[in-house]
Order: sequence, then C-alpha cells, then structure tokens
Amino acid sequence: MKKEEERPVLKVEGLTVRYGKGCPHCLEGGALLKNTCPQCRTVWACRAVDAELYPGEILGVVGESGSGKSTLMKSLYFDFPVTEGRAWLTSYKEGGADIFHQNLQQKKYIRNHIMGMVYQNPVLGLRMDYSSAGNIAEKLIAAGGRSFSAMTGRVRELLAAVEILETRMKEPPRYFSGGMQQRVQISKALANNPAVLLLDEVTTGLDLSVQARVLDLIRRIRQEYGISILLVSHDLAVIRMLADRTIVMLDGQVIERGLTDQILDDPQHPYTQQLVHSLL
Amino acid sequence: MRPILMIEDLSKEFYLHEQKKKISSCRNISLSLQKGGFIGIVGTSGAGKSTVLRCIYRTYLATGGRVVYDSLAYGPLDLVAAAERQIIYLRRAEIGYVSQFLSTLPRTTAFQYVTDAALDAGFPQDEAEERAAEMLRYFRLREDLWALYPVTFSGGEKLRLNLAQAMVKAPRLLLLDEPTASLDPDTKLLVRDLLIRLKAQGTSMLGIFHDLAFMDGLCDQVFNLSRGSFADREERAVK
Repeated sequence: MKKEEERPVLKVEGLTVRYGKGCPHCLEGGALLKNTCPQCRTVWACRAVDAELYPGEILGVVGESGSGKSTLMKSLYFDFPVTEGRAWLTSYKEGGADIFHQNLQQKKYIRNHIMGMVYQNPVLGLRMDYSSAGNIAEKLIAAGGRSFSAMTGRVRELLAAVEILETRMKEPPRYFSGGMQQRVQISKALANNPAVLLLDEVTTGLDLSVQARVLDLIRRIRQEYGISILLVSHDLAVIRMLADRTIVMLDGQVIERGLTDQILDDPQHPYTQQLVHSLL
Repeated sequence: MRPILMIEDLSKEFYLHEQKKKISSCRNISLSLQKGGFIGIVGTSGAGKSTVLRCIYRTYLATGGRVVYDSLAYGPLDLVAAAERQIIYLRRAEIGYVSQFLSTLPRTTAFQYVTDAALDAGFPQDEAEERAAEMLRYFRLREDLWALYPVTFSGGEKLRLNLAQAMVKAPRLLLLDEPTASLDPDTKLLVRDLLIRLKAQGTSMLGIFHDLAFMDGLCDQVFNLSRGSFADREERAVK
C-alpha cells in the first residue's frame, strides 16, 4: 500500500451508460431531472463515473435505488454496453488496454480469468437447474479446465471455503436457501482466482445469521486471497464494517468519495447527510 | 528534535444542509507532541475534544489548519490534505485509535480481531498470531475469552481488547478517545499502568480523559479545551 504499490488494479474513467440519443442540453452536461433529461427524456443510468480500486482494497458503493450502482457493476462485467468511458485492469495486458474496447473473446477472457461477479439476484449468476458443482465447473471449463479430477478437487475446495457441505454439491441451487445460493455464487465467482470481485448487494434479503456468515466470508476472501472488491450495498453498517473507502452515487453520478468512516461520520454532500441521518 | 505530531490552527465546522446550520466544534487548536510524549486533553462534554482526535485520524475533515505527522513511510505529512490511501496505510501501520466502543465483524473471535489488525499491518500469519497472543496477554485478557465473540464482553474486557488491537501493530502514535469512561476504579488503574508501560516503550500518545487524577503522572502536558479552543495549558512532570 506504500508508494510503490499505489497502482490501482482497476481504474474507471468517465463511465457513462445512456438510454436514448441525448440532445444538446444533456450531452453538454446540462442539469437532469433525477437521471432523466428534461428535454429529450434520455435516461443517464451512469454519468461520467470515475473510480479506482487498489490492491486488496474493498471499495464501497452506496446510494438509493436507481442511483446507478448496479449499472456500474454490470457495465464493468460487460452485461451492459457502455456509451462512453474507459477502464483498465492491471492484470489485463499490464493495464495498457481499455477493457471496454475489446472484442467479445477478450471480454470473455476478462470475465472468466480476471473478474468475478456476484449478483443481487442469484438467478442472474447461477443456472438454477444445474448442480452446484456443475455451476462452478462451468466457470472452470470456460477458463480452460478440462481435467475432471482437478476440477472436482477445486469445486470441493471452493464449496468448503463457503461452508457448503460436500454432500450437497450435486444438488441444484434451486433447492438451496437464499444465503446458500449467494455462497454458491461467491464460490463460482472465486473459481479462477480473479483479481477483482464485484459484489452487488450480496447481503440484501438475507436473515441476520446468514448475513453474518456472508460478511465473514467476504472478510476471509480478502484476507486469504488478497482480492480487491467492489462492494455495492444499501446497508451502511455492512459498508462501515468492510469498506476501506466509499463512493456515494446519486442519479447516476458520484457525488462524494472518501474514507468510509469519514463519509459516514462527517458527510459533506446534502444527499449523503440525508442518507446517513436516515440510519435507524 | 522534530515533533511526531504538530497541529497548527486546527478548526472544524460542521455544516448541516437540511437545517442550514453551521456548527463550530473546535477552532485554532495548536499543539506539538514530541516523540514518546503524552498529551492529555480535558474539557467538558461538547467542548470539542473528540473532534480534535477525529480530525487527526481523518474521520472528520478539518475545515482549517494543518496536522503534520512525521511518518516513517512518507516523512512529514499533513494529515488534513493527505491522500486517502496514505491515511489507510498510516492507520494500519503507524497510527492507532482507541475508544471506549468496540466494533467487530460478526463471527469474529477476540483472538481473530487482534490477529486481523496485525495481518492488515503486514505481518505474516504466524507472526500475526504470535503478536496477537502476546498483546492479549500483555493487556491481561483472560485466555478463556480469546475464542469468544467480543459482543458478550464487559466494558473493561472490550477496552483491553481495543487496546490490544491498536497496539498489535506497534503504532508510533496512539490516540485515546476517553478509553476509561465507564470503567470501574480497578480497571482504570490497570489501564493506567498499561499506558505507563507503553509510554516507557516510546509510544507517543494523545488522549482525552475526564478523570484528572488518572492523568497525574501520566501526561507530560494537559490542555484544557473549552468551547472549542484551548483555555489553558499545564506542564506536568512524569512521576
């Protein structure tokens, strides 16, 4: 983390996701009504988002529903095409290539080798009718795995890491609880030792004991694998416990960024103050 | 000798947007802490004592002034303007913060909590565990509590765990935010004894205490904070 280690593993510059052609008003940075242009009704899901993620760091992303948090994550994982912007990964071509301007094969390589994603909705990240082991093996095969015994060993290791019994590895996630489905997703995301893990509301909707288990798992993943994590959450307590730094999003834009305890204890922006003061 | 911490005209104002109200918490605070020194800050509740400590730790963004910390990693560094990554590094390796409150992740045992801090500071696993055990013994936390979750601990046990967690990384500067509030007299004496030992080992400290007798013989200087500024300053000899 000292001066010589200050190169970010992921750097995002000006990420913009726009639905609509735009008009001179919004294209030239004019004021929006929420995230919509008042003149042409173009929706700006993300507008000129900049972010840097450093080695072994957890960067929290907070904001209300519709503020663009998930769009940011899904754009980085190539689920959504970006309208504008650039991003670099140190693990991909030594940080010399903009990942948004790569061909399909290269993007698949990045998804399978360098990044892992855990969706808020497990249906998006898992094939619910395949076995849990099969779900993870799919990721291993996509990264070039072919040896059945090696893959079985790795699947066992990954499921053990997320505390899922080996006896249940052949069961499809459809029959698992929400917390177990999230843990299968996490083990799938970790399958190929990614450098960057994208976690989108992984604890939302889980009961307290399962939430505690998932938080503990995230802490261990960071510690044991040294993975850098982008963590989206509505829950400010989760962000306080896990994130080193935090960015606050509103209407598709980053409105405040800083050390997590500073953002939560001394918020500067009116919206961040409102968000923090709404805490129970 | 260059001081380890030099605060010049530190001020902090909070602006509450919804209420359209500005609150001044502290203003024109200046002090200088020598290496191995111990400065105590006293004052009534709401005088701005914790604000000063939180501005040093960068939990609060100071609105004016400088906080120059003589770091090993970066040399003299103004903590008010330093990059976030530098602050994170300094918190992990050089600056400790202890309050009366304890916040741990769920399912984290007392031993793991202290070990994690050592791992964050860059010690390898074996050494981190060794240091954690050493610190927990040093701060006299009973061994049968090490494998338990700290939510069930008493105030004194939580404080000793907090101190062990802050000290396991061997910080050069320790900030103490009313660590003895709500402790019984015996535990206070124990903490006082431990702080004297830390001082003897060369740790520089800045602490807020309510109890003047507690600070006697412990602090080199005591500052009295009243309505956000220093009212008077007193030099004390270490017994």
